[in-house]
Amino acid sequence: MKVYADNAATTKISDTALNAMMPCYKEIYGNPSSLHSVGQEAFHAVRDARAQIAEILNCKADEIYFTSGGSESDNWAIKGTAELMAKKGKKHIISTKFEHHAVLHTLKYLERRGFEITLLDVYENGIIRLDDLKNAIREDTALVTVMFANNEIGSVQPIREIGAICREKGVLFHTDAVQAVGHLPIDIEKDNIDMLSLSGHKFHGPKGVGALYCKNGIRLPNLIEGGAQERNRRAGTENVPGVVGMAAALKEAADHLEENSAKLTEIRNRVIDGLLKIPCSRVNGDRVQRLPGNVSMCFEGVEGESLLLYLDMVGIQASSGSACTSGSLDPSHVLLSIGLPHEVAHGSLRLSFCEDNTLEQADYIIEQVPPIIKRLRDMSPLWERLQKERGNV
Amino acid sequence: MEYSEKVMEHFVNPHNVGKIDDADGVGEVGNAKCGDIMKMYLKIDDGIITDVKFNTYGCASAIATSSMATDLIKGQPISEALKLTNKAVVEALDGLPAVKIHCSVLAEQAIKAAVRDYYDKNGIEYDEAQFHFNEAHEHGVEE
Repeated sequence: MKVYADNAATTKISDTALNAMMPCYKEIYGNPSSLHSVGQEAFHAVRDARAQIAEILNCKADEIYFTSGGSESDNWAIKGTAELMAKKGKKHIISTKFEHHAVLHTLKYLERRGFEITLLDVYENGIIRLDDLKNAIREDTALVTVMFANNEIGSVQPIREIGAICREKGVLFHTDAVQAVGHLPIDIEKDNIDMLSLSGHKFHGPKGVGALYCKNGIRLPNLIEGGAQERNRRAGTENVPGVVGMAAALKEAADHLEENSAKLTEIRNRVIDGLLKIPCSRVNGDRVQRLPGNVSMCFEGVEGESLLLYLDMVGIQASSGSACTSGSLDPSHVLLSIGLPHEVAHGSLRLSFCEDNTLEQADYIIEQVPPIIKRLRDMSPLWERLQKERGNV
Repeated sequence: MEYSEKVMEHFVNPHNVGKIDDADGVGEVGNAKCGDIMKMYLKIDDGIITDVKFNTYGCASAIATSSMATDLIKGQPISEALKLTNKAVVEALDGLPAVKIHCSVLAEQAIKAAVRDYYDKNGIEYDEAQFHFNEAHEHGVEE
């Protein structure tokens, strides 16, 4: 059996998105800035895509700026706001310890340039406490940036409440909603969001395209100088097939949000309950305030990379936050931020599902994971040591 | 990042996995915090390594290098086993991704630690410098 369970990394493009894109390569290939008819067709395609995305998120079409993806949107929103607010003497930014690197590394960049950064605790369940936020906001706070849902452990923040606090205190609020858009109900107006980043390929759209929602009135500095695209703020010929495919994918995701969510929640809970029967295992992140398709667990005494490579051999594609898979010597900062010791974080497994996954696949995972864990533990001196320490030998 | 076929072969079906209950020398290196621990068991007869087994907690390259290193020293005199470098193990595996080279250091160190344990147990004198290595291998981390 083949099980692709790495949808938080990227999704397969949907037929709907692909079918919407193809004419943009073959027939509507004009430049939206051209005045002739082929150009105008492309112009209309981009305009319609923008309007559709705005309608789904409940904002105005001219508040949507197309970008190359989530990382670009995050960089633009944070660096741009920093530049804007520094002129008013506000050089303090609040975020969380477990943001995506597109946010954390951008904050590091600003820190080196004289900004002060406060990273809120996310506690064991991966959710910030609103009182911590209230206490952290100061007179010189320029921005609060908190991710909507975490990419590794799936915990979902109380975005509406965070937004309300920011409004009350007069502080701008940005959210990296890359994992949430298309998966959770989002209403930009009701959720009190000033800026929001999203990425097309996380909801069955194409790669290399995303968007930044930026509330009218916030004059973010231009990201790319040049032509008049994106209201003069991000020059460059539009990725017409990309934005059209992204809009089609988002429409499809939004139209099926509730049924997908119900299906994914069932798959997710079945996998979590099934894998928790493995001794010395744990779930990471809140079990209720959680992305419907996210399973994040740790298995003591095993190392994540070995686990996921053995899983790949039985057809299951997953991911891990172990040091060996994070490309650094430390395990994922997300797992460390919720208080896991290094040796537990090394044994992490993330399975992220989409609506193409089935309960049969969930059962297959539940059947395949335990023998692999056992095999790895049988040859693990760490497991042997843990068993001795706990008097199990 | 991509692993060679040789690495995958040794990772999927590692050779010499297990323990030796009456081992003549046992060496354990690495630490849980770094995410890799290697434990090597040697059976030694008349200066020859007649049997070797390992247990490893770690990533695919840690398991593959353990497997390859044990293959390379089995049946060899101790003097030869002590000459085994991580470079030789990596070459025998047709290379490792650059970020994984540090994992191969553990195999070399585990063998040396097991031989030293054998020397210590049997009151055999040796030159300490021969076994000098940084416990934290190339991670350069504390502990």
